[in-house]
This record gives sequence, C-alpha cells and structure tokens, in this order.
Amino acid sequence: MSAPAGARGSAREEVLARLRAGRDAGAPRTAPGPVPRDYARRGAHDPGSPGALDLLVERVEDYRATVTRVARPGDVAGVVARLLGDAGSVAVPPGADRAWLTGIGGRGAVVHVDGDPRPLTTADLDRVDAVVTGAAVAVAETGTLVLDAAAGDQGRRLLTLVPDHHVCVVRAEDVVGTVPEALARLDPLHPLTFVSGPSATSDIELDRVEGVHGPRRLDVVLVG
Amino acid sequence: MSTTDLPTPTVRPAHAPAGTGHLRGTRPFPAEARDALANTQLRRNLGKATGVIRAKRAAVVDEVPDWEALRRSGSAIKADVMARLPELLEQLEAAVTARGGVVHWARDAAEANAIVLDLVRAAGGDEVVKVKSMATQETGLNEALEAGGVAAWETDLAELIVQLGDDRPSHILVPAIHRNRSEIREIFLREMPDVDPDLTDEPRRLAMAARTHLRRKFLGAKVAVSGANFAVADTGTLSVVESEGNGRMCLTLPETLITLMGVEKVVPTWSDLEVFLQLLPRSSTGERMNPYTSTWTGVTPGDGPQAFHLVLMDNGRSGVLADPDGREALHCIRCSACLNVCPVYERAGGHAYGSVYPGPIGAVLSPLLTGITGEDDVNASLPYASSLCGACFDACPVRIDIPNLLVQQRAASVESHHRPTGQDVAMRAARVAMTSAGRFRAAEKGLGLGRVLGGRSGRITALPWPASRWTASRDVPVPPAETARDWFARTRPGRER
Repeated sequence: MSAPAGARGSAREEVLARLRAGRDAGAPRTAPGPVPRDYARRGAHDPGSPGALDLLVERVEDYRATVTRVARPGDVAGVVARLLGDAGSVAVPPGADRAWLTGIGGRGAVVHVDGDPRPLTTADLDRVDAVVTGAAVAVAETGTLVLDAAAGDQGRRLLTLVPDHHVCVVRAEDVVGTVPEALARLDPLHPLTFVSGPSATSDIELDRVEGVHGPRRLDVVLVG
Repeated sequence: MSTTDLPTPTVRPAHAPAGTGHLRGTRPFPAEARDALANTQLRRNLGKATGVIRAKRAAVVDEVPDWEALRRSGSAIKADVMARLPELLEQLEAAVTARGGVVHWARDAAEANAIVLDLVRAAGGDEVVKVKSMATQETGLNEALEAGGVAAWETDLAELIVQLGDDRPSHILVPAIHRNRSEIREIFLREMPDVDPDLTDEPRRLAMAARTHLRRKFLGAKVAVSGANFAVADTGTLSVVESEGNGRMCLTLPETLITLMGVEKVVPTWSDLEVFLQLLPRSSTGERMNPYTSTWTGVTPGDGPQAFHLVLMDNGRSGVLADPDGREALHCIRCSACLNVCPVYERAGGHAYGSVYPGPIGAVLSPLLTGITGEDDVNASLPYASSLCGACFDACPVRIDIPNLLVQQRAASVESHHRPTGQDVAMRAARVAMTSAGRFRAAEKGLGLGRVLGGRSGRITALPWPASRWTASRDVPVPPAETARDWFARTRPGRER
C-alpha cells in the first residue's frame, strides 16, 4: 500500500473492483426486499390550506424568525417597508416583483438589482443591509423555506447569504405540509437552499444561539 | 454476479491502512477512559450537554407519527445502496461529470489527501476554508495540507474551537462538546488576534466573535473543502446539512470547491432524501429541521464555484462491505444520536475512543474500517466500551443493530489474539469443568469458599491475581448457599442423573 500513487494503477478501477468483491462477499443470505415507503407523504393539511399556513407560521416563529401575514399581493410593499426599517440599501434578484419595494422609495434607500447592470459581487453584498426574495416552496411541518437559485425571484445563492437581513415573501399556494411534498416540487439540478430560521449554532453546550455566519435576521411575509 | 469483468481479479476488499489519518488512538479504551473519568470538569460538561440534546431529540421525535416507518425505510434504502454500491457510484460519477464536475477516486486516506492537496495547488491556493467533515477528519487532511504548505481554516464553530485549542474532536456533531463556555472564551481570547478583550462567556457573544474572526476568510477564500451528507446517484446532486451558514459560505463563495466523501454516502434517487432529511436533523441537533441544507449539482454557470471536484474514498469501506454483519455500520448517517444516549460515552467522552468516530457507532465502525490486527491493536478494546444496554439501537434513525455489531466485533477481537489472555484461560478452564458432569460437581464444591470471601455484604470486591483483573473494576456476587444440582436433588429426590 505504500507504493507511490502513479505506480498503483487506476484508483478508480481498483476501488470499484474492491467494492464489487466486498459487495459479493458480504451479501446477505436473503436478498433485501423492496424499500418500504409506508411513511406519510402528505401531512394533515393540504397545500395552501389554512391549516398548513397556520402551522407554517407557528413553526417558523419557533426558530425566532418573524412571520407577517397579508391577504393580498398589494399589501406586501407596506410590510416590506416596515420590516426594512431604516435600511439604506437593499439587494433583490432580477426576477423579484418590483412592487414589493415600492414602499421604500420615499426614504431614499438604494435598491441593487443583481445583474442590472452587472452581477453583484461578494463585496457589494457585504455592504448591503438587506435582501428581499421570494421562495420556491415552504414546508409547514418543519418551518422550512426552500430557495431555488434558478428561479428569478430567489436569485443566486450568495444573494441570500452575505446580507445580514433576509426578507422572504412566500405565496400561500407554495406552502406544503411535508418534506416529501416539497422535494416532489423541486428540481434537484438547480442549486437549492433549505432555510429553517436564521443562522444558528448549538456548538456551545448544545444551547441554540441564533445568528452566526448566515443572515442573523429572517422575516417572512406570507401572502394569501 | 460474474467476476469475469473484474479488471484485476486478485483485487480484494481492503481495510484502511495504518499510518495516515485518525481511525486509531494510541492507548486502549480502558486506559483512556480511566483518565477521562478522573476529569470532573469533562464529566460535568458532557453530562450537561448530552442531557440537553437527549431531551430535545425526544421531543421532536415524539411529534412524528410515522417515525418508525421512516426508520425502516431509511434502513432499507441503505441496505439497497450496499447491494448496488459499485453501480451507484458509477452512476453518480457519470451524473456529476455530465454537469461539469470532476470525479476522483481514492483508495485510502493518504491518496485522498494527496488528491486534495494537488487540486488546491492547481487552483493556485495556499489556504482553504473548510466545512465540518468527518471524512476529512478521518484522513487527517488538515495536517496533510499543512505539510504541503496549505493552511486549512475550520469554519464550523466547534471545529474552530478544537483547531484554535490545538485539541481533538470528541463528538461527531459537536466536536467541542467537552468544552464549556468559559473554556471557549479563554481559547478565543488567547488565539484570536483581533478579539475584543472584553469578550464574555455568553454563547451569543462567543458566536459573534467567531463570525467576526471568519468573515474576511470567507469573503476572500479561493478554495473550499467540504464533506457530503448525501450524494444522489441518478442526478449527481450533493448535499451538506448544517446550522451556522459557514457551510453555505464555503459552498457558494470560493471559485473552487473540493468535496471529499466516503463511498457509502451515495443514495439512489432524489426522493430518497425525503426520508433522510426528516431523520437526520431530528436525530442530531434535535430540531425539526437544521437551519441550512444546501444541494448542488455539478457546476452552475454564474452561481457558486465554477470548478467542482468530488473525491470518492474507500479507506476501508470495501473491507466493511465484505463483512455480512458489519456492512450495516456503513448505513450510519453521522447523526450522533447513539453517542448522546450512551451511558459509556456520557461518562468517558469522545477522546477515550481514540478514533474520530467515537461512541457506540465508533466502537464498531473504527475496528471494522481498520480491521483488528491483534491483541495489541488499541481498536480491539473498543467493542468492549459498552454495557450492551441497547439504547443506541433505539436511537439510531436507520436502525443499525449496534449491540449486535458490538458482540460481533468482540468475537473478532478475541479471534485476533495470538497469545491467550486471562479471559481465554478462564473460558478454557470453564470448558474443562463444564463438559464433564463429574468435574462440574467437583468445581461446585469449591464455591462455598466464595461465601466466606463475600462476608456480610454478599459482594466479593477483591480477589487475588489473576482474578484481580476482573475484580479491579467489578464486584462479584457471592455464590448461592445451595447449587442448582443440590436444589434439584433435594426437591426431586431420585431423579438426579
């Protein structure tokens, strides 16, 4: 085993050959049957139902994020303006609904659109106070928002990572009950980020502390 | 399965070679545990932390009505993976390659480290930011990079505490579990150049100090190294499950990403993640979902690292796969639930196991990966670091029968002996006595002596050598006043054979 790597032939072929031999030598006497899938794919609440929305609010708030519910898309701008407070600069992905930001116009906050005119750099985003995005799907049972980097209103992954405050607008019809329902709606070929509350750590005496490297503040606006 | 398609028919499954990495300590478990038990601060830290995490896990597991169905499914998916491991890895390789990634293969820890070092150099880097990864701990990657002139920065808070404290990890999930807040404060004050001298031991303040310390590293890093929690064969999708956002920083900002994973981390399909993303967070941090899970597939133009390398490592896994019972240890998803419920781990701590894989799963996985080379192999002592109480099986989200594996590895440990131990001598003596009714009767006559040794307490606490090796750590109950044969003869006269 101590021969130099070049003298050892192809690692790929050797690893695969070892694994084939190991797989056959250790094969169980009875072949494993089909994988049982009798866990719940759907939860107690239908996607977008009042029960699913209520559960999502409870579970997201449990992570010490906030949720503000609005009845109509037209109500989003006012809530976003309130959540952004005195933020001086805000980043948005290129496909974000510009109507979300109409409430902050009067205060002179600068809005940076990723890719317009150029992609925002890490340094740009490090100077931005907040980011406003949509979400691909939300999971009520776990209080999870999923961001799809290929969706225009959610944006590249660094957009929701570098700024310290993330405001996420979630549509009621995108709220599902369970993790299996969420994965079925997602495309694994897109970069995906599952977000459950603000950045946190349990590394000091297993005590959960919010706010480490990701956004320290997460506010959800639930529409519908 | 025909073997005619094997390129080299003599290739056999292999254990992890000694010499590189951290799968073995230097002293056997009993010696390490004795020292650990004398450290009252360590015991207090561990007792508090494992108590907290046990309660959190129990609460979030109890609220899932289909938990047992998820466990059975998780177990079956992993068994299926083991039955198709080479084919799934080839499928994974093809899918990652098709999406712009580059796949490398490593026979062992030394080869994996060399591949990563070469890739870092080729990317023009002299430092890397690291996501917490058991695979890179297993191979001792940080030391190998350092020897090659590359600085590795651990970015997970607990790994940072371990690295700054020049310490060793002691838990799969929370490597600094053996440190309390005031010890962490002292490490930060001593080792972080720009730290606020008024830093308190409040966990929030400590976490903020880590954020400040690492922020510039993240924003300027050219190369990141990660492990992987899951790799999906049919799509080529990799996944990292984390809490702090340090993982996202490493997976998103650098130009080059290198992921090192053990071959057993592959799962067949995307929808298999719906099982593991439910089982893992609740079992590990006791949360319904961890703050951040990232998934990525190859390279995405304009988003994230534009160079992605995946290193698939054997390092003993083929050897474990060849063991019909032992291969179940490869099902482990590194949640650490078994550590947190283990009465031995709770008292001895992770360092006592020597290997980077401590606790009940480590006590079987470490000797399975390395093989047991003889009675002097420190990993031969690990399967005995258990009372076989079974709590680890109940907590395991993929139903690994750890107690059974512990017993199997005890057998392997005994078989590796080249010269008889005290236990072997005792067992042979028992065989002599117990295979003859006459000898057994004679042996019983001697038992009356034990009643004298036990005195009024009914316990024998010290015996002369060689039996002192038993009574050094255990009491022996005194023999009963009447043997079973005597009782039988007395209560059923005339029927003694």
